[in-house]
Amino acid sequence: MATTQGAALDRKKLMADPIMVTTIVVLITFLTLFILYPLAILLIDSLYGTNGLSLETFRRVLAMPTFTRAISNTLKIGFVVGILSTLIGLLFAYVEVYVRLHKISGGLFKVVSMLPVVSPPFVLSLSMIMLFGKAGLITRFLLGIYDNNVYGYWGIVIVQTLTFFPVCYMMLKGLLKNIDPSLEEAARDMGASRMKVFTSVTLPLMLPGLGNAFLVTFIESIADFANPMIIGGSYDTLATSIYLQITGAFDKEGAAAMAVVLLCITLAMFGVQKYYLESKTAATLTGKASRARMLIEDKSVTVPLTVLCSLAAIFVIMMYICVPIGALFPTWGYKFTPLTFKWFGQVFSKYHGLKAFRDSFRLSLIASPITALLSMIISYLVVKRKFKAKGFIEAVSMLAMAVPGTVLGVGYIRGFSGGLFHTGVLGGIYGTGLILIIVFVVRSLPTGTRSGISALRQIDKSIEESAYDMGADSFKVFMTVTLPLIKDSFLSGLVTAFVRSITAISAIILLVTPQYLLITVQINEFAEKGAFSIACAFATILILITYGSVLLMNLLMRFFGTSRKIEGEE
Amino acid sequence: MAKEKKGVRLEHISKIYQDPKTHKDFYAVHDTSLEIEPGSFVTLLGPSGCGKTTTLRMIAGFESPDEGEIYLGGEPINALTPNKRDTAMVFQSYALLPHYNIFDNVAYGLKLRKLDKDTIKTKVMDILKLVGLEGMEARMTNQLSGGQQQRVALARALVLEPGVLLFDEPLSNLDAKLRVSMRTEIRRIQQEAGITAIYVTHDQSEAMALSDKIIIMEKGVVAQIGTPQEIYYHPKSEFVADFIGDANFLKGKMLRHEGSDGVVEINGTEVRVAETQSVKDGSETTVVLRPESTVLADEGFLPVKVIVSSFMGAYQLYHVMLGDNKLIIHDYNPKGKKIYAMGDSAYIRFEPGSAHCI
Repeated sequence: MATTQGAALDRKKLMADPIMVTTIVVLITFLTLFILYPLAILLIDSLYGTNGLSLETFRRVLAMPTFTRAISNTLKIGFVVGILSTLIGLLFAYVEVYVRLHKISGGLFKVVSMLPVVSPPFVLSLSMIMLFGKAGLITRFLLGIYDNNVYGYWGIVIVQTLTFFPVCYMMLKGLLKNIDPSLEEAARDMGASRMKVFTSVTLPLMLPGLGNAFLVTFIESIADFANPMIIGGSYDTLATSIYLQITGAFDKEGAAAMAVVLLCITLAMFGVQKYYLESKTAATLTGKASRARMLIEDKSVTVPLTVLCSLAAIFVIMMYICVPIGALFPTWGYKFTPLTFKWFGQVFSKYHGLKAFRDSFRLSLIASPITALLSMIISYLVVKRKFKAKGFIEAVSMLAMAVPGTVLGVGYIRGFSGGLFHTGVLGGIYGTGLILIIVFVVRSLPTGTRSGISALRQIDKSIEESAYDMGADSFKVFMTVTLPLIKDSFLSGLVTAFVRSITAISAIILLVTPQYLLITVQINEFAEKGAFSIACAFATILILITYGSVLLMNLLMRFFGTSRKIEGEE
Repeated sequence: MAKEKKGVRLEHISKIYQDPKTHKDFYAVHDTSLEIEPGSFVTLLGPSGCGKTTTLRMIAGFESPDEGEIYLGGEPINALTPNKRDTAMVFQSYALLPHYNIFDNVAYGLKLRKLDKDTIKTKVMDILKLVGLEGMEARMTNQLSGGQQQRVALARALVLEPGVLLFDEPLSNLDAKLRVSMRTEIRRIQQEAGITAIYVTHDQSEAMALSDKIIIMEKGVVAQIGTPQEIYYHPKSEFVADFIGDANFLKGKMLRHEGSDGVVEINGTEVRVAETQSVKDGSETTVVLRPESTVLADEGFLPVKVIVSSFMGAYQLYHVMLGDNKLIIHDYNPKGKKIYAMGDSAYIRFEPGSAHCI
């Protein structure tokens, strides 16, 4: 059968729309240049050295005992953190969806799910050291334990688990809410106990979802740079080894080869997660619950579960609160009173805080609208349009999700410091603010695109078709119909991009030049030096900024949001 | 009202899709040729998956035909995008723009055509009056009932004065009563506006009530084209007969022709039927018999056994067995007639003109 005429006509129709064609070409160029090319150059560089095509570089790095140890360390931590986060996330999600919660515990849960979103990635490491370290508030002053060593394996595991379990909690909560309560009621009705219902109905239905949560956490964990950097001590992971290989050993080829190894691991996990588990999750959990669930009110169940989760939540919140408090003590670990603002003063007087905040702010502020708009355009193209390169655009923008920041950073160094393919072309952007902005955009693009796609999927395709049918071209349709309808998603994408950019560190730390002071890089530096009070002061201000922008977004949405107007439909 | 009524012609149109599971190509529409007269109301009717919506979307431009050419008012339009075609569509889900009020929804297409403000206002108000929505122009779409949203969708398409108006199952989201009143409305407005309309539906009564012509589609192919009467009384195939109204099928053998009637042997009995020119003497044939043109009696052509007998108000419903063939009979106005009970034996009778061979 010949489908060629139809395809040719589709192509002709697309070409009749120059703005659309230009957009697609620009997008493809951007994605190729700043996502695919840096990864490709890593592979090329590590395979094609001075003596032609060989596995020499790989052989060399794999012969380093530090590197092979880093691989097993990373995998071990990813595995343990993945399992712990999934379990704790499941517990929280189950309690929230199935148990009648007291108002206070409900509030605690909300805060816990919110905190990791607005805080910089290494906050928990800081507070872990300050609470449980050698001069830890709890270990030394409460329990009288001197010489407690938080650095290393357990430090990373605890900190990462506390950082990542809220993500699992949110994911699993969504899944549990999609289980039709009548399935469980039917099992109860046939004589199963609550425990039996959980093990024979709820759990099997959730299994792919749990696997999904595990893998997402696993990927996050092995890609995490900031926490192992601060609390890892001599326990190296892949992300930190790559960083040290560049900044310490100045071995860029070696780092490229290591980055390829890390990338391969995350890509494999990502592949399983994306193409196997996600479809399975969708297959077992279809549609919405037919009616509200009867919540468990039996005190023997609710009380212990609520207490357990609330304690955990309080612990997590305490860890976060420790940071601003730490910035108020005169000398951490020695002198606790009177509380002082001198560290905040020093941020600005002694440590160029103003410049750091200005630089971070400015770069993130430029990057976030670009990111938000790009991700909305990509989502629109992916969900609503039909054209050949669509698969490519979708795949590459999702691929960015699986690329650890460190790998991207090394890719940019290799790819742009000498220009494209070391020819000098485009080399000018290396070391400028532009490349930092591009990294911010690339790093936040997948999250924005994902939320844009899910927002657009909820909009009936025929709404845009009707505008198209009435005479609007693609650009007009996007501007007058699509964008106004996903205003909320656009706004939240804007803020998420801003928050992610201003708290980013893993790729940035490899690319930043002395002419830019970035807050996160500063905090990392102070934390490494042991200057916790000043690090805390920086981090506190950063948290205030990010939290402030989230509040601002919620406020904006309340006034300008479209969702309320549209919700009345059906 | 339309600037110019346009006809639509499809020449050997095919559309090929890939089955998402088996990845095999199949024809959603296969080698379909149609001629739609300017100003007429034509319905594409068929079960889901028959290709009717795909055909409509190819005319609108959302899908591109893999074979053949589509003409609108004599011009080939295959390469035109939907926004460049002189068609306007009323969508199944209405597809109103939820962030605009009624006025802006209707004015959307006019603004794109860069008309001046006053003209737009006059046109929108006129059209809202035509569809019975005067005074509602400031409301948001979610403040309207389903029927009102439907009218906005119609107004929005009409105001553009398109050469052809396309309807994609526009009434399927309304309740039964409203559906009936809306379809008379649609017919009235189409005739007042004098516009060519192509209407997709799977509801046969809608098709009958609305259309000048019905095009019945089956598995991507046109099964029959004709006026509602032609299609109802002279279905060309079992599929068409069954799809339009209820039908009984009696297998038999054509014995001979007598004038315009034919004599068919069914279960060993000779029965007179009309419309037999195409069936040769001596060949196997199927006789189509509408339930409402058949009655039960103590004497008649064919002996049957009653297996279901229910009072339906307007008629008595019977299921009867003729040999091992089940027939349905609607005996209208049953008051005062003899009512057969389950298990009774009886005969069926019908006028020769109300049965025909296919």
